[in-house]
Amino acid sequence: MVDHIIEVRNLDKSFGDRKILNGINVDFERGKTIVIMGGSGCGKTTFLRILIGMLRPDAGSVLINNIDIVKADEDQLIELRKKFGMLFQGSALFNSMTVGDNVALALREHTDLDEEIIRIMVKIKLEMVGLSGFEHLKPAEISGGMKKRVGLARAIAMDPELVFYDEPGAGLDPVVMAVIDKLIFDLSKKLGMTSIVVTHEMESAFRIADKIIMLYEGKILEQGTVDEIKNSKNPVVQQFITGSAEGPIALRRSGEDYFKELTEES
Amino acid sequence: MEFAIRALEHIGKNARVFLSHLSSLYSLMVSNFYWTFIAPFKKGQKGLSREHVSYQCVFMGNKSISIVFLVSLFMGMIMAMQTAYLLKKFGVVMYVGSLVAVSMCRELGPLLTAIVIAGRAGAAITAELGTMKVAEEIDALEVMGINPVRYLVVPRILALVIMLPCLTMFADLVGIYGGYLIGHYSINIPTGLYIQKTIDALVLKDIWTGLLKSFVFALIIGFIGCYEGLIVKGGAEGVGKATTISVVASITLIIFADCVLTSLFYFVFV
Ligand SMILES: Nc1ncnc2c1ncn2[C@@H]1O[C@H](COP(=O)(O)OP(=O)(O)OP(=O)(O)O)[C@@H](O)[C@H]1O
Ligand SMILES: [Mg+2]
Repeated sequence: MVDHIIEVRNLDKSFGDRKILNGINVDFERGKTIVIMGGSGCGKTTFLRILIGMLRPDAGSVLINNIDIVKADEDQLIELRKKFGMLFQGSALFNSMTVGDNVALALREHTDLDEEIIRIMVKIKLEMVGLSGFEHLKPAEISGGMKKRVGLARAIAMDPELVFYDEPGAGLDPVVMAVIDKLIFDLSKKLGMTSIVVTHEMESAFRIADKIIMLYEGKILEQGTVDEIKNSKNPVVQQFITGSAEGPIALRRSGEDYFKELTEES
Repeated sequence: MEFAIRALEHIGKNARVFLSHLSSLYSLMVSNFYWTFIAPFKKGQKGLSREHVSYQCVFMGNKSISIVFLVSLFMGMIMAMQTAYLLKKFGVVMYVGSLVAVSMCRELGPLLTAIVIAGRAGAAITAELGTMKVAEEIDALEVMGINPVRYLVVPRILALVIMLPCLTMFADLVGIYGGYLIGHYSINIPTGLYIQKTIDALVLKDIWTGLLKSFVFALIIGFIGCYEGLIVKGGAEGVGKATTISVVASITLIIFADCVLTSLFYFVFV
């Protein structure tokens, strides 16, 4: 039997009258790396936010380790979240703290470890993302890509069993991205962490994914291994992989509608 | 007719928004109470961080003490001149000290200090929490399993509740000294007589009612400041708006609470 760390059932979410997620059903297998893909604004971040219980869905359930995070109470949530790590799309570092304190915060708050040990652990995590020696800088003093990496170090500070990455590769150069990919890959293969990665970078997705999930118009359009996705017959998936402007994914309505809208009296 | 209906609709909508704010503010208070008095004594819970509370205390005190000093010094001087104007008519100008002392301790010390702190610390709290909210830092705390009320709100409220009464006592003293400066050097009341009249007039109740007021004011500043910060939406503009609202709302509420408390002390607990 396959061991699922997360089971998502019939998830719906709307903002106003815009339906963002529409009846999502999906399972995440423990210890695997799952990549979520989809166009900009299709609801990937929203989906992650629901998974970690920061956003309430309109309907449906999210079972994490068999606890429904939608109905969980405050204490249950805190216990669950100690086992989570999350890398935010915008890093979300604590600007009033140094890089080192950012990484150390969860350790200080959730463990009784000595300050000396925490310092060493912080050094190790920063080393992993190639940033040792930057402990004493404030987030305002480092670049966007470096912030991403500090965010990553912070996400894995507690050696969580489940890590969510919201676009870890955005804003990184190809070499650093490859290093980060390798890190995510190693964490899941060597430490058995489950990684859920949102990304637009096809190359990186193909490098790390055990399974790829493609979101489109609020539904799961396609899911499968890297090869299955690469060989998918679905035109939307193909357009996304090849990154062409022509195809079923349209940014705007047909030319005629657009013209009408522009010239219409409001 | 249609206008009346629309007006009613408008009022109804605003009332609903207001009520929903009230209920969220109430739950913030409940949760603050829980994390201050109950959670730290539960097994396996991280207690309050004394470091954070003392950091906030130093931060608030440091930022405001010079302004509190100036404002209350001037207020004491103003009060001395204003009361002397009236007392001279009755030929009892040596009572200036009594009037200044009583009005500083009962009313002006707590009120002025609270207003200064609302503008200084209250605004800073809203701006800081609002900026954190906008930058998703508060979300990040939550995801790490760190309750934002425990980590951010409780230390600030505690610091205010400790610091505001302290600053108020300081303001009382400085105000009385300001009154003395005018009373002695300009109205020529002898130092001994001025002190005598001050001590004679003050009773313990004047002081503790003032401190009780400042305790209530501290809660108002803290909760409004934190609440407005935590609900900020919409970037830097939202933070600016929330900071203004926070200061205006706290000062209005402070004066309203002052009125209620003063009438309680006057009519009920005579
Ligand atoms: N708090 C909110 N209120 C209203 N609408 C929202 C809110 N959050 C997100 N949305 C809308 O939901 C949709 C999905 O947003 P989301 O951030 O999940 O997209 P995304 O897939 O992560 O996009 P990207 O790849 O650009 O990060 C967007 O159209 C956005 O406008
Ligand atoms: Mg996103």
